[in-house]
Amino acid sequence: MTSSISTNSSTKETSTGLMAKLSGLRNLHVVIGILLLATFYVSVCNLAFAEGSALHVSDYTVSLFGKYLCYALLALAVDLVWGYCGILSLGHGAFFTLGGYAMGMYLMRQIGDRGVYGNPDLPDFMVFLNWTEMPWYWAGSDSVLWMVAMVFIGPGILAYVFGMLAFRSRVSGVYLSIMTQAVTYALMLAFFRNEMGFGGNNGLTDFKEIMGFSLQSPSTKLGLFIITALVLAVAYVVCHYIVNSKMGRVVTAIRDAENRVRFVGYKPEDYKVWIYVVSAMIAGLAGALYVPQVGIINPGEFSPLNSIEMVIWVAVGGRNSLYGALIGAIVVSYAKTRFTAIMPEAWLFALGGLFVLVTLLLPKGIAGMLPGIMDKLKGKNAPEEEATASEPSATDNSATENKGSEVKS
Amino acid sequence: MIVDKTGTPITETENIQPDTRHGVILYVEDVSVSFDGFKALNDMNLYINDGELRCLIGANGAGKTTLMDVITGKTRPDTGKVSFGQQVDLLQLDEAEIANAGIGRKFQKPTVFEQLSVFENIELSLKGNKGIWASLFHKLNGEQNDRIAEILHTINLIQERNYPAGRLSHGQKQWLEIGMLLAAKPRVLLVDEPVAGMTGQETERTAELLTSLAGEHSVVVVEHDMAFVRSIARTVTVLHQGSVLAEGTMSEIQSNPEVIQVYLGEEQG
Repeated sequence: MTSSISTNSSTKETSTGLMAKLSGLRNLHVVIGILLLATFYVSVCNLAFAEGSALHVSDYTVSLFGKYLCYALLALAVDLVWGYCGILSLGHGAFFTLGGYAMGMYLMRQIGDRGVYGNPDLPDFMVFLNWTEMPWYWAGSDSVLWMVAMVFIGPGILAYVFGMLAFRSRVSGVYLSIMTQAVTYALMLAFFRNEMGFGGNNGLTDFKEIMGFSLQSPSTKLGLFIITALVLAVAYVVCHYIVNSKMGRVVTAIRDAENRVRFVGYKPEDYKVWIYVVSAMIAGLAGALYVPQVGIINPGEFSPLNSIEMVIWVAVGGRNSLYGALIGAIVVSYAKTRFTAIMPEAWLFALGGLFVLVTLLLPKGIAGMLPGIMDKLKGKNAPEEEATASEPSATDNSATENKGSEVKS
Repeated sequence: MIVDKTGTPITETENIQPDTRHGVILYVEDVSVSFDGFKALNDMNLYINDGELRCLIGANGAGKTTLMDVITGKTRPDTGKVSFGQQVDLLQLDEAEIANAGIGRKFQKPTVFEQLSVFENIELSLKGNKGIWASLFHKLNGEQNDRIAEILHTINLIQERNYPAGRLSHGQKQWLEIGMLLAAKPRVLLVDEPVAGMTGQETERTAELLTSLAGEHSVVVVEHDMAFVRSIARTVTVLHQGSVLAEGTMSEIQSNPEVIQVYLGEEQG
């Protein structure tokens, strides 16, 4: 085996780094390209074709796609910590919902005196509770800057505090997952209480406008969809940069052999906290984009079930692959939309069954199948390219056994 | 100055210079460790000289691995003192800080980052700033690339540089781990069973490698393979039931009646 490699090693002299960069960049361009093209297509079909035309995309569909893109952004966040760092967070719904509440509070303040009670200062639910003034933590919530800051700060602080406590005490594995689940459940119970000042079980709703644009108008809906797509693209580039930097390699090393990383001189706790906070902020951003598109945020979003569903998106799409997370979120959410329309009560069983099947049959998810399919398609044209292309990116164990034959071919 | 997010300088531990004026780089004094009543180390005293190659031998349970755990910060001793040079108290530092200060360790079971390539394994181990922001914006410079190539050459893995480390043979993983140690430019190398699972030829080359490292580095080798120990050893320390039983050259050790009784005798019987 060694001799057959030495013959072409000079051509590979450029090293892993460069090859990984090239194949990585190619993926990045392809993913961003597809995302932007799809967004453009949906926008054009929504605006240019009249209702009833075969090519028309309805406003409802635009909002639905906007929702899927938020989920995709959220899946990206889950994949970053689970797929790359091995932290199975079953509480990412908490960060998503906190981001959503930050946006919801801002939107509540934009209602002004157009609420049911017509109070210019207080949101409806506070009037209903006979509150005379706004709680201190609502201060500043009518400013866009405050909202944008809180979308990051809220989830960021929760992730930082939780991460510091959990990772510094070297809690990991199942125990960590259970703790994340407990945190989101506790938050759900807390937000259900009226005294919390976040609208109790009704949550925040009845929004009128965002930054002066009516939320009911189709053009605002299309605008939100386009913004979501652009944010997703930027977040994707950021995540792509992180996982392909040395930071990404340290994090992968932590996932596979945390103790060894320590003896190399890195502090795994710091890295885990950092990546957890970044992931929480992306999740918060997803929540903030989600709320104006669905028109409501309530404590139900904290439900543990939601957090588990996110993990399933990533498992189906393929952990350890950023585009896999996007595919997983969109495919599973689409399936949910269709399935719940036909037989809503069976959806949970279908979701559970899907998870079991994917774990058994496709441990690397949909993204794990793609390289094989691509290679088959390419194999007819450029068989010798295959060996070099798969060489640096072959980070999987399963490829280990058949590697010898692959190199020789 | 580069600081991490809490504002403490990250380079602090990297700049530690052990005081070796007395020729000793590692002091282990009166160290005791017990696990549930079992005394893994019992008033252990050990001094490693700067630049020497020391072999530690001893039966299973003699405390060899526990000693390494204590030095590298994995296990905290119940009592005693461990210092790097005269002034650096290792008991005040955590694993990562000890590693950055210049004490490298190779584990008994070869532990490499299996999903990363051989090249990347060495890259991560290079001496340098190990903080978060430094890693995020890290770019390999020419000097570091040369250094990695040099190490890959030393451990004979230059052909396999782009392979995931998980694909290497057991012996190659052992070497890769030694290469990772070298990349960190440590003052002291703690090497736990370096030739386990190696062929005769590989063992021979490992012996050469370790011998050549002594001088510039201090090397402490734990090994069961007596032939291997004989081939590299200058000074041998025999551990027994958590303390030092004897210390000296291989021939002195072999003629020591106590050693023959508890260790070599056991092997013959």
